[in-house]
Amino acid sequence: MIKIRSLVKKYGDHIAVDNLTLDINENEVFGLLGSNGAGKTTIIHMLATLLKPSSGSATVNGYDIVCQPAKVRSSIGIVFQAPSSDDMLTGYENLQLHSMLYSIPRHTRKQRIDEVLKLVGLTERRHDQVKTYSGGMRRRLEIARGLLHKPKVMFLDEPTLGLDPASRETMWKYIQRLVREEKMTVILTTHYMEEADILCDRIGIIDKGRIVALDTPKGLKAGLGGDIIRIKTRYNPDKISQLDFVHKVEQSNGFLVLSVNNAKRDLPMLLRHVEAEIVEFASPTLNDVFIHLTGRKMKEEQPEGGFAEKYAKYD
Amino acid sequence: MQNTISMQDHLAKVYALWLREFKVFLRERSRLVASTFTPILWLFVIGSGLGSAAPSELPPGVDYQQFIFPGIVSMSIIFTSVFYGSYIIWDRKFDFLKSVMVAPVSRTTVFVGKTLGGMTNSLIQAAILLAIGVAMGIPFTPLSLAQAAAVVLLMSFGLTSLGLALGSYMYSLEGFQMIVSFVVFPLFFLSGALFPLDNLPEWLSVLTAADPATYGVDALRNLMLGTGTYGVELDLAILVGYTAALGAFGVYSFGRMKAV
Ligand SMILES: Nc1ncnc2c1ncn2[C@@H]1O[C@H](COP(=O)(O)OP(=O)(O)O)[C@@H](O)[C@H]1O
Ligand SMILES: [Mg+2]
Repeated sequence: MIKIRSLVKKYGDHIAVDNLTLDINENEVFGLLGSNGAGKTTIIHMLATLLKPSSGSATVNGYDIVCQPAKVRSSIGIVFQAPSSDDMLTGYENLQLHSMLYSIPRHTRKQRIDEVLKLVGLTERRHDQVKTYSGGMRRRLEIARGLLHKPKVMFLDEPTLGLDPASRETMWKYIQRLVREEKMTVILTTHYMEEADILCDRIGIIDKGRIVALDTPKGLKAGLGGDIIRIKTRYNPDKISQLDFVHKVEQSNGFLVLSVNNAKRDLPMLLRHVEAEIVEFASPTLNDVFIHLTGRKMKEEQPEGGFAEKYAKYD
Repeated sequence: MQNTISMQDHLAKVYALWLREFKVFLRERSRLVASTFTPILWLFVIGSGLGSAAPSELPPGVDYQQFIFPGIVSMSIIFTSVFYGSYIIWDRKFDFLKSVMVAPVSRTTVFVGKTLGGMTNSLIQAAILLAIGVAMGIPFTPLSLAQAAAVVLLMSFGLTSLGLALGSYMYSLEGFQMIVSFVVFPLFFLSGALFPLDNLPEWLSVLTAADPATYGVDALRNLMLGTGTYGVELDLAILVGYTAALGAFGVYSFGRMKAV
């Protein structure tokens, strides 16, 4: 559905998107996961024909993003990182405007608007001015707008950025619903691990404009090689890495992070060799994958709380 | 056949964009009040104040307040139209522009929709002023009123194009206000809105002759008071020329405007 070949975007000397090659399949939910400034929005803008690539090429729904922008535009819906509806108009009027811009025939216009309003749960508030909407409602209106012309591809750029946890979960529900009911390819960007994990069929982890890993959420986690044990100890990490069941040792915030095949089996063995103050274990999360691949934590805030507690829900 | 469909499609999109401008205009009535107040103030304060020391060159049978009336109508058009360019910056700031640019809509369509919005705005303000003019005893006929409206539309098309073109290159409202002040005030002061064009010093008459607004003011003065410098035909011909050039500048500028 989307083919990206050696796509590059430079801003002066700064390379925002670095030689990106990627295929996205029909009807999959594809996640671009990366921290702020990784280049996610730049990729989306190029695919949506709003930004000219510095080099390379891409097709969306079979149309070239540089040579056939009008065809690409008719094929896609997009929800921008920041809401873009007109505050002074009502939700309904915004949808009316865009249904005309997308040449939706007059006799199906009203019906389609009602459909998408219902899909995002805004029917009740449709005649209120957008300036009276909450952040979550605005996002949902943007989704409704993106759906109006039944696009083949939907781009969601950080669809839950800045929403409180409750609205975020509501948003996930709506996104899952649209994937179910509208049958389309969805490309979503996020810097929330949990979001990518829950919503996406495949995830591309992007760092400094490059894809550093590409797999299903399960595959990515499995790629780390089994489970993780975190210990706080004064023992020498080099000694620990010599233990034969320990694949790898990394340091993070005063803890040692050990990769093992099976934490439950290996932990007692470990404790026979090593004296540790704090011991935690878990299956790897996307966050661990990210740290492993980039050597950094996600820049943006991560939920606080104990390690085991934080990750227990993925076990 | 293909052509008629695409033309209809284009017009439907222009209509959609215009309708949005118009609805916003109707909902922000304070905008209208504020921008109509200034010309009325000029008309009555400057008109009466300077009128008591009336320039001797005024055409016979016309008092100063009546004399500047077409100039004040033009003033309202100049300010409203050029400043309308700031709305393209607002649209960009609030990402609305992005949502339009990502739709299958040509830049020209976006430009025309926006310009028609600005023209509507100017026309409504001019209508209010024209009503005041009728009350002031300006001898309108239905024909001259219709002709005046046509001149208003022509002028505001050109000047809205100019404002939008300038706005399309800018990202900050402050910058726009500043640049536009250098455009708007000369356009207004050099247009002969406040003084007769005969017997000006050489350097000034060169500048007034270059100002597109001069021909709008003169056309309106011809239509409303039956007196002027160039004659309506010449005014209109020059105005059409300027307007076409400014419209082309607007289309060009929107074409090369950055989407994000
Ligand atoms: N218009 C621009 N001019 C210069 N640099 C830009 C511009 N837009 C984005 N960048 C830079 O490109 C990089 C990628 O940005 P972006 O695509 O917005 O990242 P993300 O969406 O992943 O947070 C960042 O380093 C950002 O500073
Ligand atoms: Mg972004």
